[in-house]
Amino acid sequence: MNEVTKIDGIGSSVRRTEDKKFLTGKGRYTDDINRPGQVQAYFLRSDVAHAEIKSIDTKAAQSAPGVVGVFTGSDIAADKVGGPICGWVVPCRDGSSTKEPPHPLLAQGKVRFVGDAVAVVVAETMEQAKSAAELIDVDYNELTPVVDFVNAEKGTQIHEEVPNNCYFDWELGDESATNKAIESAAKVVKLSVRNNRLVPNAMEPRSALAEYDSLDESYTLYTTSQNPHLTRLVLAAFMFAIPESKLRVIAPDVGGGFGSKIYVYIEEAVCVWASKKIGRPVKWTADRTQAFLTDCHGRDHVNDVQLALDEKNKIIGLRVDTVCNLGAYLSAFSVVVPTILHGTLLSGQYDIPAIYTNVKGMATNTVNVDAYRGAGRPEATYLLERTMETAAKEVGMDPAEFRRINFIPKDAFPYQTQVALQYDIGDYEPHLDKAMEMIDYSNFEKRRAEAAKRGMYRGIGMSSYIEACGLAPSAVVGALGGRVGQWESASVRVNPTGTISVFTGSHSHGQGHATTFAQIVADKLGIPMENVEVIHGDTDKTPFGMGSYGSRSLASGGSAISKAVDKIINKSKKIAAHLLEASEDDIDFKDGKFVVGGTDKEKAFSEIALAAYVPHNYPLETLEPGLEENAFYDPTNFVFPSGTHIAEVEIDPATGVVEVVDWAACDDFGNLVNPMIVEGQVHGGIAQGIGQALLEDAHYDENGQLLTASYMDYCMPRADDLPSFKVGYTNTPCTHNDLGVKGCGEAGAIASPPALINAVIDALSPLGVTDMSMPATSQKVWKAIQESQSVAAE
Amino acid sequence: MEIKDSYELPLPKERVWAALNDEEFLKKSIPWCEKLERRSETELAAEVKLKIGPMSTRFTGNIILSDIDPPNGYTITGSGKGGIAGAASGSAKVKLVEAKDTSSTTLSYEVSAQVKGKIAQLGSRLIQSTAKKLSKNFFGSFVQQLEDMDKS
Repeated sequence: MNEVTKIDGIGSSVRRTEDKKFLTGKGRYTDDINRPGQVQAYFLRSDVAHAEIKSIDTKAAQSAPGVVGVFTGSDIAADKVGGPICGWVVPCRDGSSTKEPPHPLLAQGKVRFVGDAVAVVVAETMEQAKSAAELIDVDYNELTPVVDFVNAEKGTQIHEEVPNNCYFDWELGDESATNKAIESAAKVVKLSVRNNRLVPNAMEPRSALAEYDSLDESYTLYTTSQNPHLTRLVLAAFMFAIPESKLRVIAPDVGGGFGSKIYVYIEEAVCVWASKKIGRPVKWTADRTQAFLTDCHGRDHVNDVQLALDEKNKIIGLRVDTVCNLGAYLSAFSVVVPTILHGTLLSGQYDIPAIYTNVKGMATNTVNVDAYRGAGRPEATYLLERTMETAAKEVGMDPAEFRRINFIPKDAFPYQTQVALQYDIGDYEPHLDKAMEMIDYSNFEKRRAEAAKRGMYRGIGMSSYIEACGLAPSAVVGALGGRVGQWESASVRVNPTGTISVFTGSHSHGQGHATTFAQIVADKLGIPMENVEVIHGDTDKTPFGMGSYGSRSLASGGSAISKAVDKIINKSKKIAAHLLEASEDDIDFKDGKFVVGGTDKEKAFSEIALAAYVPHNYPLETLEPGLEENAFYDPTNFVFPSGTHIAEVEIDPATGVVEVVDWAACDDFGNLVNPMIVEGQVHGGIAQGIGQALLEDAHYDENGQLLTASYMDYCMPRADDLPSFKVGYTNTPCTHNDLGVKGCGEAGAIASPPALINAVIDALSPLGVTDMSMPATSQKVWKAIQESQSVAAE
Repeated sequence: MEIKDSYELPLPKERVWAALNDEEFLKKSIPWCEKLERRSETELAAEVKLKIGPMSTRFTGNIILSDIDPPNGYTITGSGKGGIAGAASGSAKVKLVEAKDTSSTTLSYEVSAQVKGKIAQLGSRLIQSTAKKLSKNFFGSFVQQLEDMDKS
């Protein structure tokens, strides 16, 4: 018998197996792939935000050196190629549906944002394509751009199909009950917040390489996608009207997505189209400026909040009126982010008897806005946790105590919120207590006094967040306006020697699936992790799957793998029963061995595998040979991670610089498969949240020019902006998936901005500062300090 | 974007005004100007090479003179295309005010400009400082040229 040496199963902080290639520069990304005869595509983009195209003259470009083709919107229209579609729509208050204007692959008649693609030049080299693009003469009739989304209703109409530039006007909850609660309240706390606009900034810019095979009339597309199967579905069914079998989509190593690589973008579709038109493989890779201009941005909300309290400071109602910016065209999940993924989260961790929210999604002459790490949930958490902190201060309670008395009690689960979701499980006081202990909350005032002696303002702020991830079940998704299923697939192939190939519909672009998923299989089968290989990202290899976003991979994809492994174990027991001449009911599976109960008769898993593929002694009359199983798993509910983050800052009044000096994160992600990977996800999420809260801001001027389109003007967080994070966990395992897991990918980005801004305001509270908008840049903080001092002087 | 500035030139107003309307003279005062041709009384064609932040670009465009009020000032309106770097357009109101002793003239200008494309994305925060630097260079060599002419 082979001794099992090391399993590295569930709960083990094994190092990520994929990192060897990434850390040694051996990752294979789309732009690393080259095909014989390949040509380069370059997109001529509009440098005006809003205009009618009077004419496009491509004559000079056509005959420029190296050019093999120049195409415009009319070429696309002539071939009747469709544009990107919206994957989720919502009903409006007036009974109408979301307005869905067309989004042509190349502009037809009008340009709607700076960066809108007007023409594509395909040439032998990128330099030739760029030079030829300069020769294209576009005559624009400029229109007044709409940039301020809050007042977009009054602006020039951007799409014929979208009156008042309003894509949708959606509501959720009981308006009259909520208004009644507000009218009868002992106190109403009002707050207006803005969730600043962000640029995703994945390390790898978007790229596509398309090749057409004229012999079997099929395409292969290598692309930077978080979900290659959805990309194939949209391209084949909605754009090119070809059978899916004629398009293979491969998303090889992908260097970060954060949501921005979920959607099908026009560039990859144009490459597919042009590869047939030209008869050569066509490659396009964005430079950093194009990434800033054309990757879907994130956030960009304003929220007006009213929180109603009774005389005991218990919350009795919450009303939130939101206006959000969706940009020039409706991107795939742009509608669901500020509605379903935002409105349904407004109960947070609190027992709120009446909630109402209204969300207006506006069109503007800016690039599309869609999901970005957290997608809707950071916006909900920000407005709620800023309001909770403000309310606590207004009623004179400690913010922790104010939260505590309003938490959903742990015996109230499953808890039905007033905004559609039902939380299956949670227990909020333990992570609040633990986070307070981790940061030594009770001694904070001593630290504040000590800092004051050094002339520094020290502050502390918290945020208790809830997240809903792993969207499900599909039937509910459909009822809420989703146009896709939300299950996940897995195929587990046992090879004849007992090694395993796992094919997953999830996609890894930094999450560490090759490690985490292998640990699940290793744990369940009692075999070493290195015997398990995880394959993803190729529509010709993996079963149809939904990809990775919304912290769904482990809860949905991991559960699908677990179910497929269960099927493998069941079949293996039948084979073992035959080989051991025992009844199937008497076979126990433990530590990688099938044992006849109460005896020393056993078979190793590898022996079963070999018997399945070399079925010389095998029950062929009742059992098929081979050992490979599929599972498609549609979860019965979302999963609901929660936690408390506490930030501590020091502000230097001379410079306004906010230094994050300490951070405690205590999260409940259910069971952890690889605690080290989870901790990495928490660190990354908090870093992005700190970026949003202190540094990052995408800014368009009044003409619709993106002024923050490089790292000179768009400030990303760096290592020296971050403290060492204290990370801890509590655990209430998810009740409805086999692994008891939730999701951890977005939690840090959701929890951190309000905790940090609350800390900044707390630090400045001795000066009378009660509000601060994101990002709290040193200039903004310095100004707030100066203004408070001039008020004090008057 | 708005830029305002003024310069005191040690020359009488008539002299400044004449120089401001002499394209050959102007061209010599603008080292980064590669071409400046008069098309009509009120129209000029220009080609300039500029470096703004990380970008070096050749702009070609037209300049139109209006509100001409000799010798007190005019309005220059221009638009130029910088190829892949984008485009710029704007107008400048130029005013000349002579000192009482006629020994010097204060030239003041108010520019309102719009930039598009890469210049906006990469260079907008550098435009103010670039414009200040260029106008300082311009007026420096403008005065120098006039003084050299006087000597010769």
